[in-house]
Amino acid sequence: MADISSNFIGVRSPNPFWLASAPPTDKAYNVIRAFEAGWGGVVWKTLGLDPPVVNVSSRYGAVRLGERRIAGLNNIELISDRPLQVNLDEIRRVKRDWPDRAMVVSLMVPCDELSWKTILPMVEDTGADAVELNFGCPHGMSERGMGSAVGQVPEYVGMVAAWVKQHSKLPCIVKLTPNITDIRHPARAAFKGGADAVSLINTINSITTVDLDLMAPTPTVDGKGTHGGYCGPAVRPIALNMVAEIARDAGMRGKPISGIGGIGNWRDAAEFMALGCGTVQVCTAAMHYGFRIVDDMIDGLKNWMDSKGYRRLDDFVGKAVPNVTDWQFLNMAYDIKARIDQDKCVQCGLCHIACEDTSHQAITKQKDGVRHFEVIDEECVGCNLCMHVCPVDGCITMERVDAGGYRNWTTHPNNPMRKAEA
Amino acid sequence: MTRLAHADIQAGRLSSEQLAQNFADIAPPLDRQQALLAAQRCFYCYEAPCTVACPTGIDIPSFIKRISSDNLKGAATDILSANILGGACARVCPTEILCEGSCVRNKDDDKPVQIGALQRYATDWVYASGTQLFERAAATGRRVAVVGAGPAGLACAHALARHGHEIVIFEALERSGGLNEYGIAAYKVPGFVQAEIDWLLGIGGIRIEHGRELGRNLALVELQRDFDAVFLGLGLGAVNALGLPGEHLEGVRNAVDFIAELRQCADLSRMPVGRRVVVIGGGNTAIDAAIQSRRLGAEEVTMVYRRGPETMGATVVEQAFARDEGVRIVHWARPLAINGENGVVEEVQFAYTKPGPDGRPLDTREVFTLAADSVLKAIGQVLDPVEGPALKGGRIAVDAEFRTSLPKVWAGGDCVGGKVDLTVQSVEDGKRAAASIHSSLNVSAG
Repeated sequence: MADISSNFIGVRSPNPFWLASAPPTDKAYNVIRAFEAGWGGVVWKTLGLDPPVVNVSSRYGAVRLGERRIAGLNNIELISDRPLQVNLDEIRRVKRDWPDRAMVVSLMVPCDELSWKTILPMVEDTGADAVELNFGCPHGMSERGMGSAVGQVPEYVGMVAAWVKQHSKLPCIVKLTPNITDIRHPARAAFKGGADAVSLINTINSITTVDLDLMAPTPTVDGKGTHGGYCGPAVRPIALNMVAEIARDAGMRGKPISGIGGIGNWRDAAEFMALGCGTVQVCTAAMHYGFRIVDDMIDGLKNWMDSKGYRRLDDFVGKAVPNVTDWQFLNMAYDIKARIDQDKCVQCGLCHIACEDTSHQAITKQKDGVRHFEVIDEECVGCNLCMHVCPVDGCITMERVDAGGYRNWTTHPNNPMRKAEA
Repeated sequence: MTRLAHADIQAGRLSSEQLAQNFADIAPPLDRQQALLAAQRCFYCYEAPCTVACPTGIDIPSFIKRISSDNLKGAATDILSANILGGACARVCPTEILCEGSCVRNKDDDKPVQIGALQRYATDWVYASGTQLFERAAATGRRVAVVGAGPAGLACAHALARHGHEIVIFEALERSGGLNEYGIAAYKVPGFVQAEIDWLLGIGGIRIEHGRELGRNLALVELQRDFDAVFLGLGLGAVNALGLPGEHLEGVRNAVDFIAELRQCADLSRMPVGRRVVVIGGGNTAIDAAIQSRRLGAEEVTMVYRRGPETMGATVVEQAFARDEGVRIVHWARPLAINGENGVVEEVQFAYTKPGPDGRPLDTREVFTLAADSVLKAIGQVLDPVEGPALKGGRIAVDAEFRTSLPKVWAGGDCVGGKVDLTVQSVEDGKRAAASIHSSLNVSAG
């Protein structure tokens, strides 16, 4: 069976599944339960300097999608609201009792060297394996010049990373905020400052819903709301892209990344890892279903790796990175057409109306006066829309019809900036 | 065992509690969460087969979509503008052969979307709150007589009232509703029919005169004279006779009369039912009579139908329901005689039948008898004789716009027949006739 033990920037864990810095890792009680359930590691909920922050009542908002009660989750909770020493004592105890698990400590202190210099030795003293710098939380702390307020300024990211490396021997992970135009800039700054790894994404600025009776955003605190940080399955595609942008960047290729963003099962994890993540961090799925979900993540990942012949994580980590490219290099000679399996078709007409109203008028709705859905090849551009709207698995498939060959936009006659063909 | 001197037909076979349970809502309403889950299963088909299958053409994907977004007013308006008796139809329609039967999710043994239950969810609040979804146009001064306060008559009256016409409905019976009030199994519409009618009449401009029966204290010629138009929604007032010896015996009666009595019975512990009941016929009336007999406490209920299950008027779902209720269904048998003693029924004699060359049943030589305390005849209803309009196939002849052969007289519902004798079809007839009547009244828009 596949070996899924992980060595990420020198931090070892029996599997690559860590709990992200968040409410599930707020205290020893939760973390011990997580380790008992099988989690490979945790990033302890962010510590700050005393006095501790104060949290408000009413903290989460959820986006529902059909039967899925939490397709996206938003929170306005701040960092740990417990005294620093309480957290440190618990971290020391848990790490002592669970030496094989990764114990990473998330930190967020004011953006001055003294603050960092003060807290780092205290953390190091607990026996923790690494620190993660929280430059990501977009709510609350950012108003105080911390969290994403730092993460949004690459110069600060690099500066703090350098302080941390200077004042501590611990491996340093910089957690990035996605609330930025180009994720590569803070990532480059982190590595330039000496960070050993980046983790992403932190949560996205969001208003979950608007309560139309209260005329206020949710979660609502006594009639008012504030933007929170969005996470959960809904953010996964955004996270995957940001991870890929860093992984395929010429200057950062191969740099350690810990992937975060809507991971709920082994397949989600494998996707992040295929894009270059050495470990993955989970929060929302655990908050939705409890720690037991790690069972299937461990088991499922091993079974999948066995089926593919991957013996260890390194065999597939980053394997999809070379296939993430710029649009301009996509093959324009490639041509696919939709095919509707008439035996599977339930005659719902969704493919027709989607194509008719919003695409290329390439699907009939009748044949010889009878309800019948069929692709008109001459009109079909191979966009996949019908396949996605079809409610029946495997009913609409895309068939390759081109004769092979390769040409891309860079040399296309319609491209005013084309390069001469070699 | 001592035999009773009369057929064993008695009330109070079950406790009041048991009866209350047996005649409670057969399909309780969905709550919001159940409705949202059910609504989510709808694919929102384009030119949806369910809508095509609905005789009133309710835009089903549209109303279900509205349920999903908690737009119940929009959902109810979708339903009720196509079918003003959408609440009753949600309960009594054989959805398994209409909308739900044509749901694309039936393919590959999946279950259809619960369209009937969702329709009820979307409309229940309308009656409960008395919300009027439709506005009556300014009075036109035109008067229309509607004969019969059943589904066809009510639908026609409402549509015309909406246009601002003044409607008088003449109803022979004490209560409005037609078959919904007198002919449907009680557990399908508990406490609902009159609430729906009250809501429907809330549009205004409709007056109902009960106890007015065509040919008795109401003359069609007078209606033609006194009103700008007349709509006949008479239903089928008479019942086919078996034409057999013994049909007059005590204990033998029409299933429709049994059901009507049951429906009007305020205290079901006073509703008599036979110990051994034989129901003759294979339609919805037969099924409703058989199941309700069981639910009143009949020990043995046997339905006998002269052909096979596939040609029964009752749907496969209804047949299965009857069997679940302990009703025995005997196919391919025809009654030969009803026998009795001292004027009281004792047994029914049947011949087994088999399909003939043209599919019609032929008697075999085999016969059998079923002991019976009660025999309920349900072999179809026919039009009460009506003077005036031309008939066709025993029903009132109408054209595509539901005009009869008489000037200013339209007709619809079961009395004209046509497609299916269902509430939903009658509503559609009434609605279409109303459109034709309205255009004939030549009122300028506005």
